[in-house]
Amino acid sequence: MIPHSETTAHTKIPAAGKSVDLSRRGFLAVAGGAGLGLMVGLKVDPAAAQGAAGGVVQFNPFVKVAPDGAITVVVKHLDMGQGPTTGLATLIAEEMDADWSQMRTEFAPADGNLYANLAFKAQGTGGSTAMANSWEQYRTAGATARAVLVKAAADKWQVAQGEITVDKGVLTHPSGKRGTYGEFAEAASKIPAPTGMAQETPYKDVAKFKLIGKEGLHRIDNDPKTDGTAIYTQDVKLPGMLVAAVAHPPRFGGKVKSFDDAEAKKVKGVERVVQIPSGVVVLAKSTWAAFKGRDALKVEWDFSAAENRGSDELLAMAKDAVSKPGVATATNTGDAEGALKGAAKVIEADYAFPYLAHAPMEPLNCVVDLKKDRAHLIYAAQFQAIDQPTVAALTGLKPEQVTIETVWAGGSFGRRAVPSADYVTEAVMIAKAIDGAVPIKLVWTREDDTKAGYYRPFYAHKVRAAIGADGMPVAWHHRVAGQSIFSGTALEAMAVKDGVDETSVEGASNLAYAVPNLKVELTTLKVGVPVLWWRSVGHTHTAHVVETMIDELAFAAGKDPVEYRLALLKDKPRHTAALKLAAEKSGWTAGAKLEKGKGRGVSVHESFNTMVAQVVDVSIQKDGSIKVDRVVAAVDCGVVINPDVVRAQIEGGVGFGLGAALRNAITLKDGEVEQANFDTYEPLRIEDMPKVEVYTVKSEQKPSGVGEPGVPPLAPALANAIFSATGERVRDLPLGDRKFKSV
Amino acid sequence: MIKLNINGEARSVDVDADTPLLWVIRDDIGLTGTKFGCGQALCGACTVHMDGQAVRSCQTMAGDVGDAKIVTIEGLVGADASKEGKAVQAAWRALDVVQCGYCQSGQMMSAAALLTENKKPTDDDIDAAMSGNVCRCATYHRVRAAIHDAAKRLEA
Repeated sequence: MIPHSETTAHTKIPAAGKSVDLSRRGFLAVAGGAGLGLMVGLKVDPAAAQGAAGGVVQFNPFVKVAPDGAITVVVKHLDMGQGPTTGLATLIAEEMDADWSQMRTEFAPADGNLYANLAFKAQGTGGSTAMANSWEQYRTAGATARAVLVKAAADKWQVAQGEITVDKGVLTHPSGKRGTYGEFAEAASKIPAPTGMAQETPYKDVAKFKLIGKEGLHRIDNDPKTDGTAIYTQDVKLPGMLVAAVAHPPRFGGKVKSFDDAEAKKVKGVERVVQIPSGVVVLAKSTWAAFKGRDALKVEWDFSAAENRGSDELLAMAKDAVSKPGVATATNTGDAEGALKGAAKVIEADYAFPYLAHAPMEPLNCVVDLKKDRAHLIYAAQFQAIDQPTVAALTGLKPEQVTIETVWAGGSFGRRAVPSADYVTEAVMIAKAIDGAVPIKLVWTREDDTKAGYYRPFYAHKVRAAIGADGMPVAWHHRVAGQSIFSGTALEAMAVKDGVDETSVEGASNLAYAVPNLKVELTTLKVGVPVLWWRSVGHTHTAHVVETMIDELAFAAGKDPVEYRLALLKDKPRHTAALKLAAEKSGWTAGAKLEKGKGRGVSVHESFNTMVAQVVDVSIQKDGSIKVDRVVAAVDCGVVINPDVVRAQIEGGVGFGLGAALRNAITLKDGEVEQANFDTYEPLRIEDMPKVEVYTVKSEQKPSGVGEPGVPPLAPALANAIFSATGERVRDLPLGDRKFKSV
Repeated sequence: MIKLNINGEARSVDVDADTPLLWVIRDDIGLTGTKFGCGQALCGACTVHMDGQAVRSCQTMAGDVGDAKIVTIEGLVGADASKEGKAVQAAWRALDVVQCGYCQSGQMMSAAALLTENKKPTDDDIDAAMSGNVCRCATYHRVRAAIHDAAKRLEA
């Protein structure tokens, strides 16, 4: 969700990959800056080890071993369902030859020195990078912890280290000696590890994996998430804490003119009413009282600086923008305009995509305990590198006085990582408004969450593409217009180059198909509605345009859509492999005639270094609506760390993409969001969910992400399936109430 | 004071009668496995059992509960778990249904209620019974499979 970035200023991390200095000396050198300076193995204070028994030894930023043998993996990424706790624990367990049942996890604190995302060089989760950036780092951490533990055993047993084997967490020596990591943790903590240990104890060769890539490793968060004990922000309760509900201006950029809190204060449980820059806050002893109090407020708003336009006007502006040359050029290869003039056949098409809300199941929330010399925040932190310094700036504290405790996230899809730290800022402003008198928990209702902005931007596209006498594409002229996700944020300089926000055009500007003349233009629109990355970012719209247009070209050329694509992907072996696998597993047959009312469509798209091809089967219902029967997906994500987590993410991506394609849109009327709850912004429901089959391409390449890449191919494969059944193209999303007729 | 029977325990809470049961369970009783998702009975995250029936606790007022026995996720799978509760939890774990997990208490409550009434639900039965439970991670595919799996476990 957060694209790869070069740097953000305030963090400094060890170098990536095998050269990561995970020796304790190296760890302590950086840890010392965080006030954790110890000479050798870091003995963790039992209280700080979150309930672990005394004597827990931390071997490096990522691995702790308890006397009972439990290995705790410190997870630097937010788990919002995409499974990094399982994945990162798998990497450590693999290198330590541990038993899966002895693995535990905890979320890392905010500490950019120790826990940066190596893809961003800053602490945060997104861009489907969790496993990719940790692949070498966590395995190194596991391998080095294993090395000192084995050495401790060798010393005690008076044998050579090389004679000790470890299997399922049990150390054995041919002499019959046996032991567990827990028994040697204390002794291992006293072994000074040389720097450069990583080079001396390289992690395993792919061929020796016992856990990575293997079936049967269950999600490590299964238990707490199936017995009600998993703690989310919403579940946090601190002594004396008040719950805060905020009346926000109903238009973006609106301000409080005046308010009357007399009725609100009469609500039982309401303690205080305060004004902050983003609205009027009711603080109460319970959530329900806070909501009731908030609803009883009378607020006059000032809309003089607000965005007062409606969706029709905004879309017209975008449509107008793509009817003219773009302000910036993202790609220009050959002479697309010239080639179009002399081409045998030109196809022109317009596309429109709405604002989309992330709508995580858990509406946004944040707990803040503000004191004179520190601020402690508890929430599902996704972008600590932004949030921590933002809170420091708001409170006048130093970043290291701002501590962040991360808990499970009830979904995010990008929404909890915000360059403006919007909801974290709001929570801190509330705490400040009451001078930190008590801890506060900001709670948004579903309606607050839906209306709060930070949407996937709306876009218009126009494509003019031409095919030659042989039916193959000769030119592709593509215009995109929409808001920039990065412009106006602290990350603008890093992501916007020559007037092009890469996230507006990614997936189109790097067109995978071999088209000799390609031009992609961008016009960035300024609208006062905050926008954000939304699971798969720019690919959410570019993949739809590219993959439906290539289908139109195949049809115009009289060629099979799979064969046509393959012919244009000759120098793209990974796309080719994924597409061929999806075609094979779905039983795709070139030229096959489907029965009336049935349709089948295909797409293939790369995002976040992962290739996903999907074949979608649809039925046209009697009332002309669409039912998706089956989706076959093939994925090349490099080495598969946990096959079932990969399948789950692609299944989820299919569902997430399908819900949006079928019926999701955020619209504005006179600047006010027209949707509020799940009746007006209705997510996919179980009866809409097709059968999904997921297959992976065998690969020994470094792993790439799977959280987002399942989303982009769905809508275009669906649109192409609808075309095959009806002859009608789907160029605007969502489908909404549109009815189709079988041909 | 309102008297409630929650997971077999008699509880007495000082709330207005129009307080949604959801907030009594979460804020007053302190059982946080039951989740707040929409507040309008549109998502099912707050599903609990009231005398064995799946109900949305966000739209069930505390004053209307009376003598009905309330069971939350903690009761469904706890020490006094019903056989349906145990089967659903085992199936959910075996099939790795959860992703973010936030909706899953509600999914499991609805699934257990379905299996109490219908020992061998079809896909259509499952879709009808589970339609009110939203999962933004779209784990539906596995929810369906896990309910079939739980049904098999109950048969055995």
